[in-house]
Amino acid sequence: MKILLVDDSKTMRNIQKSVLAQLGFTEIEEACDGQDALSKVKAFAPDLMLVDWNMPNMDGLTFVKTYRQEDKGTPIIMVTTEAEKARVIEAIKAGVNNYVVKPFTPDLLGQRIQETLERAAA
Amino acid sequence: MDPTHITPFVASVQNVFSTMLQLPVTVGDPAIKADPNQSHDVTAIIGMSGDVVGSVALAFSSDTARRVVALFCGMEIEPDSPDFADAVGELANMVCGGAKAGFPDTSRVSISVPSVIVGAGHTIARQSDMPCVLIPCETDCGDITIEVAIRPAPQPVNDNTAAEASA
Repeated sequence: MKILLVDDSKTMRNIQKSVLAQLGFTEIEEACDGQDALSKVKAFAPDLMLVDWNMPNMDGLTFVKTYRQEDKGTPIIMVTTEAEKARVIEAIKAGVNNYVVKPFTPDLLGQRIQETLERAAA
Repeated sequence: MDPTHITPFVASVQNVFSTMLQLPVTVGDPAIKADPNQSHDVTAIIGMSGDVVGSVALAFSSDTARRVVALFCGMEIEPDSPDFADAVGELANMVCGGAKAGFPDTSRVSISVPSVIVGAGHTIARQSDMPCVLIPCETDCGDITIEVAIRPAPQPVNDNTAAEASA
């Protein structure tokens, strides 16, 4: 299971990596913004992506919209501080499969990852 | 300043620090910033735009910031490391993101990526006509100050109304 983490904060990527390691996922690639993610996603071919919203150069929503023009299937979880209902709807319309609001507990993130993968496999 | 733009920061800082750091925060009474020369050692600043404009700062003493970052990252990080600024900025990002979700329903607000200043005794200069509210926070790691300097965005002038008024 290959997972791409897209977040401009190394601290948040480390926290997410730690949660993923506890769940047994260790094949992880990191990107620091949407542009970086676009440059890596084809070669890495992830099975799941965790994407932040507010990032420099290219934000997460723009990345999701761009990526979804090519790939409709790979599940994407938006992990962001954007908590307003309108933003969640905007993200879902763009092609996000699940949504986690920061701050999050490791349990919550783990639960959302599991349910997203289960839905994708169904 | 509109209190509905202040109280969400109280709830948000408590939520962020308890969830990510398991660190309870006791919040004191917000007050208008009286001393423009109040200094800090580490500050993360985030801009707000949209229906609300201005900036929000999360400010620490050097010792407090080191302790908070160590809790957040699970290890000691030196203040001159880029990872130190990254961690402080991400905390501010979460506090501001959570707060803006608590603004009145009609508000459409965007936040900038954080800027972090690390340097003993710096002060924060703002537009003189922008009111700034200090929210004092006590934690077991030391005191933290949130400086909220935001206001509703000016309403766009309706051209027809302006033309009628000048006629």
